[in-house]
Amino acid sequence: MNWIAIAAIYRFEMSRFFRTIMQSFVSPVISTSLYFVVFGAAIGSRIDQVEGVSYGAFIVPGLIMLSVITQSISNAAFGIYFPKFIGTIYEHLSAPISFFEIVLGYVGAAATKALFIGVVILITANFFVDLNIAHPLAMVAFLVMTCLSFALFGFIIGIWAKNFEQLQLVPLLIVTPLIFLGGSFYSVSMLPPVWQTVTHFNPVLYLISGFRWAFFDMADVPIGISLLAIALFTGLCLGVIWLIFRTGWRIRS
Amino acid sequence: MAAILSVKDLRKVYDGGFEALKGVSLDIEEGEILALLGPNGAGKTTLISAVCGLVTPSSGSVTVGGHDILRDYRAARSLIGLVPQEVVVEQFETVRNTVRLSRGLFGKPRNDALVEEILRKLSLWDKRDNQIKELSGGMKRRVLIAKALAHEPRVLFLDEPTAGVDVALRKDMWDIVAEMKADGVTIILTTHYIEEAEAIADRIGVITRGELLLVQEKAELMRQMGRKQLEVQLTAPIETLPASLADFGLEIGQGGETLIYSYDTHAERTGITKLLNAISDAGLTLRDVQTRQSSLEDIFVNLVEEDA
Ligand SMILES: Nc1ncnc2c1ncn2[C@@H]1O[C@H](COP(=O)(O)OP(=O)(O)OP(=O)(O)O)[C@@H](O)[C@H]1O
Ligand SMILES: [Mg+2]
Repeated sequence: MNWIAIAAIYRFEMSRFFRTIMQSFVSPVISTSLYFVVFGAAIGSRIDQVEGVSYGAFIVPGLIMLSVITQSISNAAFGIYFPKFIGTIYEHLSAPISFFEIVLGYVGAAATKALFIGVVILITANFFVDLNIAHPLAMVAFLVMTCLSFALFGFIIGIWAKNFEQLQLVPLLIVTPLIFLGGSFYSVSMLPPVWQTVTHFNPVLYLISGFRWAFFDMADVPIGISLLAIALFTGLCLGVIWLIFRTGWRIRS
Repeated sequence: MAAILSVKDLRKVYDGGFEALKGVSLDIEEGEILALLGPNGAGKTTLISAVCGLVTPSSGSVTVGGHDILRDYRAARSLIGLVPQEVVVEQFETVRNTVRLSRGLFGKPRNDALVEEILRKLSLWDKRDNQIKELSGGMKRRVLIAKALAHEPRVLFLDEPTAGVDVALRKDMWDIVAEMKADGVTIILTTHYIEEAEAIADRIGVITRGELLLVQEKAELMRQMGRKQLEVQLTAPIETLPASLADFGLEIGQGGETLIYSYDTHAERTGITKLLNAISDAGLTLRDVQTRQSSLEDIFVNLVEEDA
């Protein structure tokens, strides 16, 4: 393992993040506050509590997931797409590093940035609602796993994309709707039975449910299934990345 | 001595079905400078890219320092530095950070003293903390060179390092190449400036349409392929060639004041004595005589034309 190279990629990627640290910090704070104003105040005045948790607090895990997932994907996708696009990837391809090490560097950095934003949102949320986290360790573990697995997913998108439109396509058209429909802002039990069934095909549901369990000890699906779902998703992404690595698909001609 | 770079029957067919390399074989000795010449689209960049890992060879094998570039890619690539033909840089990053990244990617521990030395040598030290977008085109090319040098390669590929570079930097480049050669670094460069190959290369390879036409010692090539010209200046201009000189294939130049005779230095007899005798027999008097060796450029043009 070429750890120096992994660290070099990681550091280089993070330096882009630090150059725009204010932006990276301010925008999640503002958008979280807006969500609280809109969802918390408007809807919260009608829905008082969900299964014993105040509505404001109830949406916090979903809010964090929404940002963390979109950020992980876009950071990693952009991170690897950009050098491909401008051509600086030649250096990675000619360096004595494996594809796996390239993945670790980029995915690690993308996940770190998303994690940072997740934490910022959590802290911001604390100013609006009281949060007593039931399983803090599990919460952190879920957060980190989500960052990593969706950064892997974003990396695949970045390799696959041939232009900037494609880079936006999957996150915008598939991921964001799945997050919104995955129970970010409501409990599945609030839906009519038919929609409950449909929702169970949404993989994001298992993530948000598991994450919410870590916060409030309540879940739409059993925690074990949530864990299984995220493990499956991570495994799937790793498999695809392994295939890309074997074939040099869209990287080497 | 074993070759530091050995290319055997290397073929590359691109996805569209275009065969850019048609079985190239080439051995390069440690410490030599090889210049690859060839018209646009000849396959120079493809050859370099295949060796450096940017392009997957369709067949054939390449070893660097005895390490196969596919099976033992870590060992092989850690010996190689590449300065690509296109100037590709991360515009928003600083010069120093980019150069540090290169060193890191090759698994070498951070070494600020070395980075400083390289940046100074390439006159980039003053710009070390500037974003790359603030540099001129020639400076950006130098950043690419700095990146390649930062990981201390033993084999350096320079793909048209002096395209779009001013005269001063071109000379600087040649000095850097000479310095690296003195340190035992092997250098493979491509260029369209033939005088550049003539000035710095030990050996010259000529590629056209995916095939290596020849690889030869520069001096040997010049000697073998070189034609010489004898230029005879007359005291009085002539209008037509005297009949006795008709068989020499002479050209008349400068309004009839010079006669130009081309001959092959390797021919059994050059025919010079006969020509000079015939000239004096024709009653012409000489003001001056000089010979001129054809340049590498002439040789190159001849080769490529012959092949076409
Ligand atoms: N990625 C690619 N896909 C398909 N064909 C390619 C690709 N890259 C290069 N070629 C083709 O391969 C041939 C050789 O290209 P190459 O870049 O190796 O030439 P070159 O000798 O470096 O030329 P130049 O002097 O213009 O740099 C060209 O005909 C080119 O069109
Ligand atoms: Mg080229």
